[in-house]
Amino acid sequence: MSQHNDTPSSHYFVPEPSPWPFIAMFAMFALLAGTALIINDIGFGNVLVTLGALLLTYMLYGWFRDVVGENLSGQYNHQVDRSFRQGMYWFIASEVFFFASFFGALYYIRNIAVPWLGGAGYLGTSALLYSQFTGDWPTAGPGDLGGDLTPMGAWGIPALNTMLLLSSGATLTWAHWGLKLNNQKTLVRGLIATITLGLLFVGFQAYEYQHAFAELNLTLASGVYGSTFYILTGFHGMHVTLGAIMLIAILGRSMKGHFSPRNHFAFEAVAWYWHFVDVVWLGLFIFVYMV
Amino acid sequence: MHSRMKRSYSLWLLPFLLVTALPAQAEYGLNFPPPATTIARDIYNVHMLTMGISTLLLIGVFGVVFFAIWKFRKSRGYEPDQNFHKTWFGTWSWIFVPAVVLGIDLTIASSAQKVLNKLWVVPEQEGMLDVKVTGHQWYWEFEFLDEEVRIESRAKTEEEAGELYLRDVDHRLVLPTGRPIRFMHTSADVNHAMWVPALGFKKDAIPGYITETWAEIDTEGVYRGQCAELCGTWHAKMPIVVEAVSPERFTEWVAEAKAAQAAADAEAAADIEWALPKLMEKGKGLYNTKCASCHQINGEGLAPAFPPLKDSAIATGPAAAHIDIVLNGKPGSAMPPWKGLLNDLEIAAIVTYERNSWGNDTGDAVQPRDVKAAR
Amino acid sequence: MSTTASALHSEHEHHPYGWRRWLFSTNHKDIGTLYLLFALTMFFLGGLSAMAIRAELLYPGLQMLDPDLYNNILTNHALIMIFGAVMPAGAGIANWMIPLMIGAPDMALPRLNNLSFWILPAAAMMLVLSFIVPFFPGGGTQVNTGWTLYPPLSVQVGMSMDFLIFAIHLLGISSVLASINIIVTILNMRAPGMTMFKMPIFCWAWFVTAFLLILVVPIIAGGVTMLLFDRHFGTSFFNAAGGGDPVLFQHLFWFFGHPEVYILILPAIGALAQVIPAFSRKPLFGYKSTVGSMLVIATLGMVVWAHHQYTIGMSLGTVSYFMIGTILISIPVGLIIFNFIATMWRGAMTFETPMLFATAMVLLFSFGGLTGVMLAVIPADVQYHDSMFVVAHFHYVLIPGAIYGLFAAVFYWLPKWTGHMYDEKLAKIFFWVNMISFNITFFPQHFLGLAGMPRRIIDYNVIFAEFNFLSSVAGLIYGFSHLLFLYIIIKAIRGGQQAKNKVWEGATGLEWELPSPPPFHSWETAPKIK
Ligand code: HEA
Ligand code: HEA
Ligand code: HEC
Ligand code: CUA
Ligand SMILES: [Cu+2]
Repeated sequence: MSQHNDTPSSHYFVPEPSPWPFIAMFAMFALLAGTALIINDIGFGNVLVTLGALLLTYMLYGWFRDVVGENLSGQYNHQVDRSFRQGMYWFIASEVFFFASFFGALYYIRNIAVPWLGGAGYLGTSALLYSQFTGDWPTAGPGDLGGDLTPMGAWGIPALNTMLLLSSGATLTWAHWGLKLNNQKTLVRGLIATITLGLLFVGFQAYEYQHAFAELNLTLASGVYGSTFYILTGFHGMHVTLGAIMLIAILGRSMKGHFSPRNHFAFEAVAWYWHFVDVVWLGLFIFVYMV
Repeated sequence: MHSRMKRSYSLWLLPFLLVTALPAQAEYGLNFPPPATTIARDIYNVHMLTMGISTLLLIGVFGVVFFAIWKFRKSRGYEPDQNFHKTWFGTWSWIFVPAVVLGIDLTIASSAQKVLNKLWVVPEQEGMLDVKVTGHQWYWEFEFLDEEVRIESRAKTEEEAGELYLRDVDHRLVLPTGRPIRFMHTSADVNHAMWVPALGFKKDAIPGYITETWAEIDTEGVYRGQCAELCGTWHAKMPIVVEAVSPERFTEWVAEAKAAQAAADAEAAADIEWALPKLMEKGKGLYNTKCASCHQINGEGLAPAFPPLKDSAIATGPAAAHIDIVLNGKPGSAMPPWKGLLNDLEIAAIVTYERNSWGNDTGDAVQPRDVKAAR
Repeated sequence: MSTTASALHSEHEHHPYGWRRWLFSTNHKDIGTLYLLFALTMFFLGGLSAMAIRAELLYPGLQMLDPDLYNNILTNHALIMIFGAVMPAGAGIANWMIPLMIGAPDMALPRLNNLSFWILPAAAMMLVLSFIVPFFPGGGTQVNTGWTLYPPLSVQVGMSMDFLIFAIHLLGISSVLASINIIVTILNMRAPGMTMFKMPIFCWAWFVTAFLLILVVPIIAGGVTMLLFDRHFGTSFFNAAGGGDPVLFQHLFWFFGHPEVYILILPAIGALAQVIPAFSRKPLFGYKSTVGSMLVIATLGMVVWAHHQYTIGMSLGTVSYFMIGTILISIPVGLIIFNFIATMWRGAMTFETPMLFATAMVLLFSFGGLTGVMLAVIPADVQYHDSMFVVAHFHYVLIPGAIYGLFAAVFYWLPKWTGHMYDEKLAKIFFWVNMISFNITFFPQHFLGLAGMPRRIIDYNVIFAEFNFLSSVAGLIYGFSHLLFLYIIIKAIRGGQQAKNKVWEGATGLEWELPSPPPFHSWETAPKIK
């Protein structure tokens, strides 16, 4: 490697000083401090949040513009590409564990906490505290918080949404296949199909929430069933939304012809992310809706 | 300041006291207080065993390192042995070091497991005494479920307790010796933990759940402990005092406690008009024990956690709102509902006291029946 | 190992100057320096709060704090020390040293590297806000929960808890990004010939640590997110009335919290694996078994978390499992300690400051580890738990463990970083004052715990007075000894005897083949590894 260090592509690319991380500090601070103020009903919180969000968007835009520019001008060699890929793997791994904490909570609540409250095990919890409570799932707890609820069935919108996400995974693979064959049309069409399916998913999910709130009396405050239901589906929905935005950015770049069959890390990163979101949904469908 | 101080200054210097610190030294506060149950004694032995093993290992580690420091140093002209890690010792140490450590580990674990089996499982036995222990911010409530006796146990003030401040309470938990006792722990607000070292257990009190422990006390005496789980502002002020008495004395005590309880209930139920000074007198005592830990004796509260009652809108406004917050508490804050804890007369007395003290001068004499109506 | 260091062309070193160099940096050494300075600041802040704690506990009775303020300071002490001082210091050294040690020009993802640094000041501001917000009108109550943030107590706290939760989110993001960077750097940036098993142990230590971070930090992020929802959006994860369980939070916290202690100690162990061979003048004894032990520590460390919760009412089978798992961790840790001692054995040792700290760590960390094994034994832990004995245990593993490991690393590499030798004489004085006063501070706390003093109490009975007095007096001396450390560092930064390329006679590794301080772009040409 050291012999031909004059050709730019054999040199590991170290970027020039960049303002974006420093700007990110202010953006994140404003965003979170503002949120903390808002949830405590303190007035100027929304000003901070707006500022933070704008700054964050600006920062992300600037940062990615730099990266795209560097890539297009051929400054990245194979090794840089590998760094990006590995970075993305481990980022997704950390996201998997973030979801694992919610799945773990669901597991704990269903298999340990609620049965314990219902009188299982060697302890006299239910005998002394709640003689009426049986510990069936779904539950709003011995205090029946939030009143009577109807649990969300699996075979209506959730099943449809499963279909949507699964097919979006397929269309994305189709797009990738087009990209590899240098067929821009397939690439763009595949992406558009994926984005449409993703947005449909988000739309149905929003409808489902509205239905749950209005007709099933299933809210965040519906005891622990509502809590786990919304935290899992909510964070998933947020990730789908983010993924869709990322896909839209990739679509834009595809239309500009940024990607070549051999150099398209950004496309792949977003695709991995999308598949990850897909797999999480399968987990949700099974453990939140079906079991 | 304290005479004990001088005595033990020299003691910390002697780490080996850790090994030799038998109960005789307990008065110096170097080791567990003397145990009062068989299991607590077993625990003490496990503790001494692991501590002994640890001390020996530590002596070994220190010994070898100090010897190496003395022997293998450059200033003594020692030449480093560059191939030491390639000898048979270097090749196989990764097997035999773990094997030795595993052996020691299993020794520790097996003797611990024996005690654990006894400690953990509450025996199914006739004649168990069931005590429900409820942690509150910041006092303990003990209920003898079968005897239907309930006591509240609060820390004594510094003046009352003297040297025993933070280790002494107004109402002790009286327990019989020679009889297995099952403790069922729960909490009314946040996590607490009951810990009396001599009884050999510590158990968390978790709101909404019951956790169980048990003990069979074999020596009469007074055993002191404290709340061991951080529970907010006055976590330091939740002592537990167990008084272990003979079974006969225990029966007597139960009868006395029941009689006192019945008398109080009768007084509260009597439908008479209570005069202001009488209510004030009753209310003062109750307020100072039940409410003053938060709202303070002078009624000024403790900013920002606890609001003042002096000049407060509620304590000087309509009595109904005042009674309501005392009965039902304020969800999401530390203010507990007192409904289940105080009878009508007590609440009437406290509310009256609050409405006519520290410059509050509503002149109201709230009656038990007002409280009853608001329940 | 030898290199073509002479082939380094420094002519096109147009490195940035002024504030842009520091704020916008993409250079691993500059970012490493920023991390280290940040950590030092936080160490003093956390230490200052420790001084407040010890001053309050000097005598029985309330001296200068009220109970909520005490607990607020305690919470901040722990969070600042762990997340603000020890972790960033480790990350700072990783930033500085890993590229130098593996022959890389920089970290793999330099801009991301700077992002993971700059998130820290934002997090620190959030922490400070959580501390001071209650002092403003309408600011609610103080964070009086301790660093473990157990609900329902943490649900009672006012809005400062929300700032704290967001601070933890930020700290978590920062650590995860830094870990990703370290893993990628190690996997992808090693110079040709630098195989994984030729890599210095320090890099291995960070490699393992980074995996731990990626696996456990998201769990605490999820946990505090649920806490936030319970506080503000009506959910009942930790509320029995709704079917939840306060203990669930404890599981989430300790699933992170226990691996976290190995996150704190592993980089220190890695640094020791560099320092001890250097001053024993012979190679590390048991390279592979040390690496293997670290992997075992990480794996076992992930599955023993509930030893912090023996008293919450788990079943007999469950607690037995956690007890045995925890005790077994003594095997890999013991093997590492053994390897360190065997490295010293038949070496030719000298005792410059790094070696002093390293030796103290081997001895005193073993002490703390052994009290850890005592804590793991459940029947005894129902007595020790939440008593001052636990406080003594963890300061023995954290200070002579993590902090001394960092001190050893700092003194070892300071000449490389600054280009100047530090004042050896002062540094030795610092070591002795520090080490002795440390022991007098924390040794008596074992006795306090055994005698029945709970932790996290502002006021105690007179039977606990004498040891607390001793602990406080020594603690204040101990705290102030760090001013000497500060002075030594500043002195070395500002000048002093020029350091050679290879500062220590027995040191090995690529970092010693570059000049002190190294050129702006470390290894523009990859070194050749024999
Ligand atoms: C750097 C940090 C660090 C490290 C490395 C450790 C290491 C260990 N810790 Fe510690 N621990 C903490 C930081 C740390 N701990 C903190 C911060 C807390 C309190 C948190 C809180 O509640 O706020 C805590 C609390 C804590 C508890 C809970 C106590 C309680 O609350 O009741 C327990 C219980 O098992 C425990 C055990 C152990 C064990 C078994 C090890 C082992 O890894 C130790 C292994 C080392 C050795 C054993 C020594 C060397 C080995 C030999 C010399 C070989 C021979 C040894 C034998 C044969 C035994 N620790
Ligand atoms: C890495 C972690 C770490 C470190 C380094 C320390 C360092 C110290 N800690 Fe602690 N500590 C914890 C982690 C740590 N701690 C944790 C996790 C808890 C549990 C919290 C909880 O219960 O929730 C705890 C709790 C804790 C307690 C228990 C309190 C209680 O339970 O009631 C005590 C009491 O003695 C204490 C003391 C100290 C002292 C004296 C130091 C000393 O090492 C500090 C040394 C001092 C300095 C380094 C700086 C000195 C500053 C100056 C001299 C001022 C100079 C001024 C300027 C420059 C402006 N700590
Ligand atoms: C554990 C602490 C605690 C104890 C004990 C306690 N209180 Fe309170 N109290 C509070 C807190 C906290 C509030 C503030 C609630 C809020 O508005 O958020 C409060 C509010 C009140 C108020 C309303 C004050 C106002 O102006 O808003 C009254 C009246 C009151 N308490 C009476 C009592 C009485 C009577 C007792 C004893 C029988 C008592 N409290 C015991 C914590 C406590
Ligand atoms: Cu109750 Cu601490
Ligand atoms: Cu642990």
